[in-house]
Amino acid sequence: MSQTTPTTPTRVGPGPTTWTPGKVGESDRRPDGVPKVTGEFEYSSDMRLDGMLWGATLRSPHPHAEIRQIDTSEAEDLPGVYAVLTHEDVPGRKVYGMEIPDQPVLAWEKVRYQGEPVAIVAADHPETARRALEKVHVEYGVLDPITDAEKAVQEDAPKLHLSGNVLRRIRILHGEGVGAAAKADVVVRGEYEVGMQDQAFLGPESGLAVPDGLGGVDLYISTQWLHIDQDQVAESLGMDPDQVRLTLSGVGGAFGGREDLSMQIHACMLALETERPVKMAYNREESFFGHVHRHPAKLRYEHGATRDGNLVYVKARLVFDGGAYASSSNAVCLNAATFACGPYEVPNAEIESHMLYTNNPPCGAMRGFGAVQACFAHEAQMDKLADELGLDPLDLRIKNALKPGDRFPFGQEVPPPAPVREILERVKVMPLPEEQEVMGRDLRGLPGGVSNVTHGEGVKRGVGYAVGFKNIGFSAGFDDYSTARVRLTVEDGEPLVEVHTAAAEVGQGLLMLQAQIARTELGVEKVSILPADTRVGSAGSTSASRQSYVTGAAVKLACEGVRERLFERAREELGEPPDGLSVEAGNVVRDGRTVVPLAELLDGDELEETCEYHHRETHPLDENGQGDVHLQYAFAAHRAVVEVDVELGLVRVVEIATAQDVGKIINPQALEGQIEGGIAQGLGLALMEEIQVKEGKVLNASFTDYLIPTILDMPTVKMEVLELADPEAPYGLKGVGEPPTIASTPAIVAALRDATGLELTRIPVRPEQLAGVSDGPPLPDEPTPGGAGYAEVGRLDGRRET
Amino acid sequence: MHQEDIVIVTLKVNGVERPLAVEPRRLLCDALREDLGLTGTNLGCEQGVCGSCTVLVDGESVRSCLMFAVQAGGCEITTVEGLASGETLHPLQAAFWEKQALQCGFCTPGFLMAGVELLRRNPEPDEAGVRAALAGNTCRCTGYEHIVDAVLAAADGAARERTFAEEPEVDVAAEVVAREGR
Ligand code: FES
Ligand code: FES
Repeated sequence: MSQTTPTTPTRVGPGPTTWTPGKVGESDRRPDGVPKVTGEFEYSSDMRLDGMLWGATLRSPHPHAEIRQIDTSEAEDLPGVYAVLTHEDVPGRKVYGMEIPDQPVLAWEKVRYQGEPVAIVAADHPETARRALEKVHVEYGVLDPITDAEKAVQEDAPKLHLSGNVLRRIRILHGEGVGAAAKADVVVRGEYEVGMQDQAFLGPESGLAVPDGLGGVDLYISTQWLHIDQDQVAESLGMDPDQVRLTLSGVGGAFGGREDLSMQIHACMLALETERPVKMAYNREESFFGHVHRHPAKLRYEHGATRDGNLVYVKARLVFDGGAYASSSNAVCLNAATFACGPYEVPNAEIESHMLYTNNPPCGAMRGFGAVQACFAHEAQMDKLADELGLDPLDLRIKNALKPGDRFPFGQEVPPPAPVREILERVKVMPLPEEQEVMGRDLRGLPGGVSNVTHGEGVKRGVGYAVGFKNIGFSAGFDDYSTARVRLTVEDGEPLVEVHTAAAEVGQGLLMLQAQIARTELGVEKVSILPADTRVGSAGSTSASRQSYVTGAAVKLACEGVRERLFERAREELGEPPDGLSVEAGNVVRDGRTVVPLAELLDGDELEETCEYHHRETHPLDENGQGDVHLQYAFAAHRAVVEVDVELGLVRVVEIATAQDVGKIINPQALEGQIEGGIAQGLGLALMEEIQVKEGKVLNASFTDYLIPTILDMPTVKMEVLELADPEAPYGLKGVGEPPTIASTPAIVAALRDATGLELTRIPVRPEQLAGVSDGPPLPDEPTPGGAGYAEVGRLDGRRET
Repeated sequence: MHQEDIVIVTLKVNGVERPLAVEPRRLLCDALREDLGLTGTNLGCEQGVCGSCTVLVDGESVRSCLMFAVQAGGCEITTVEGLASGETLHPLQAAFWEKQALQCGFCTPGFLMAGVELLRRNPEPDEAGVRAALAGNTCRCTGYEHIVDAVLAAADGAARERTFAEEPEVDVAAEVVAREGR
């Protein structure tokens, strides 16, 4: 197997991106727009290097089994195979995990979910690699899987981890808790269920590991957080972090699904073993097994209110299926617990949030995590309560809306701005779309479009409202920070600012935001953004809607540092009093008059600052679930108008209207994109998106069977954007990525209830539920061959051997 | 792989004759991406569902993951790399850029190819027509609204033609270095 080649080809990474960005508050044309429309943009799946090998992963076909033996000899003998590695070959820590390292790099002794990596191979052709996987013989002793989170807590349930099956439990006791029940005139109860959603980013996982010839490795990877990857890879390789250098390669969407490792360690192990570059690229089916999903949840609620509609208490029990490994389940459990009551003033509450290990696919981060599940339930409860009280659902929400100075059930004071009432009032007055005559309508305008075989006799219209919120940034005492290096130089006589961060652009427009800030703060025309890599300090994760805030603040801080030094120079060299100076269009300016051009002042020098921005400290919850736990809160309200064909169970979402507070609009066009894209994912969860898992096995690991909204499913979005500045945040901004995904789902389901009169307690809502022929989700009995993902798990093309 | 399994096929890709030696089972998408290095055509599902691999074969949109390279022998194939003429973006490309009809951009080549076909068939589509024509392409990032805007704008001729050299400037040179360095 020592077919190594002597020389290591080197790879020239991506170059800087230089352009004249807009200023803060202006729309900008994406600098990556041209390469993305011409096909030049290099996604991680496009990378290639001479002499590179292809890696592939053998995955467990069983959700729960003992590994008795792994025999790799036949695979190793296959011509073209350079390495076959198992857990024995992991040089360092054999487990990984962002928070709790409980997930094997390669399984030993046991597999705990279907699709868990067991062995990896490198070969000179992707097909040879796939053949080699078939020649790795693993003897399994199949065990009964634990597939129901409620059963995982039972005494006699087998323990999936040494620590037991409880990943986390949170209890929040607020006021008198349910002791206040006697004061309530009206009580409503409900049980709700949320299915497992997938991030379904369009570009599957891929990466390229290149050995440096000195024992270290360079990894080009599409990820959300380079430095946490670096730390975990280095641990498992038994290396210093500086021997493992990561560079962000083109990312085809993320939405939380790239926060955990996928093939990062595997590709590096194979590259180091073979001393050749190794590329790994999942196909769609493998992608479903290669990343975590949104947690399915069961939520039991009780709301009590006075006759005139004031909330008295909320009792909630939330049970989340964390799947086989921890991922970011801890934070999801916390978010769900702290957002369980919704953005309402609730004087008494008792919340339990349970996160459990099972043998289902591991769940972790997805846009709006924790808040999404809770919002579906608390908003359904608010509608139920309004109905019981005979009040308008929107008026009930407005009456109980949180406002600055109130206390959340977890004790933190609601910081300003918290415009819950305002955003609800905004959606209330937005004009409703005109009702169109159904009969005789163009088929494409009916629920189900051209697949609607009726004339629309059964079409009913419904309107629903919901409001939700989300914490921005990392919470509960985590030292959440970002690093920016900013350098002011002169190039061709023109001042140029170079910005270097490790922050991952995953499509959201972070390159623009960083450049807009640099241009605004340093008054230059030209900005250059260096590729994100680990040569600069951590930027933290592209998640929790935090990059605009935290990396935005770091870039701003570094720019301010550079600007201070400029003014200092102006004072020393020109005797200018430093007060009242500013920078504009490449000049140092006072009262609108040019004092000196930047280029002249710099006189061939460069000014450079590297700054870390750490946001305000947060604190973990105490034993009663109390604490100043979150940094910032962002709110959005939604109104959905739907048409349901109650005979066929088909839905047409006519319009979504939304009002969201963003603090400050940095880039109007990018903001619209975030709101519309976030709503599309919320619509998907309401109506179609679910990974169906039966006995621990995924039934629909393909885009044929896992449906995401198309251009025909997504309606126009009417939006109102509020700019109420957060005094603590850079430019007053609030994170915007997640709020659109949170309340859009319950608003759509509320509209469906309005149209049909059905209870609809489970999402996604299925056509058979809407047509009234079934309450729940019937699952096919057996995985269907061909797309089902068991025998073929781990093969790159998902094809079966014939 | 046996020698007799290899078929010589000539594809005319973006106006250039490209003879290829492929197995009959070689997918068109793999021939384009792996054999010809045209990685602008993206693979989101390899099952004919997402549309990100859409190319034009003799002017008709085709999912290149559902077609064999040998089936395209002698045909004119246009990929996203063939849309711009020289430094000048195709009006639809310019409109996608201008309207920010992309975020991660992975779906973009497929939408552009389907959009080009639409505009050729119907230079003045209405919104419903645009949506119907693009229903076979999925985008996970944008919610589609800006995509509809971009196609309508291109149809209007509202999108000004832009060249790479105009602002905002993209460091094409650095990209070329990156590409050739591989
Ligand atoms: S990759 Fe061809 S349709 Fe998805
Ligand atoms: S822009 Fe990301 S999938 Fe369309």
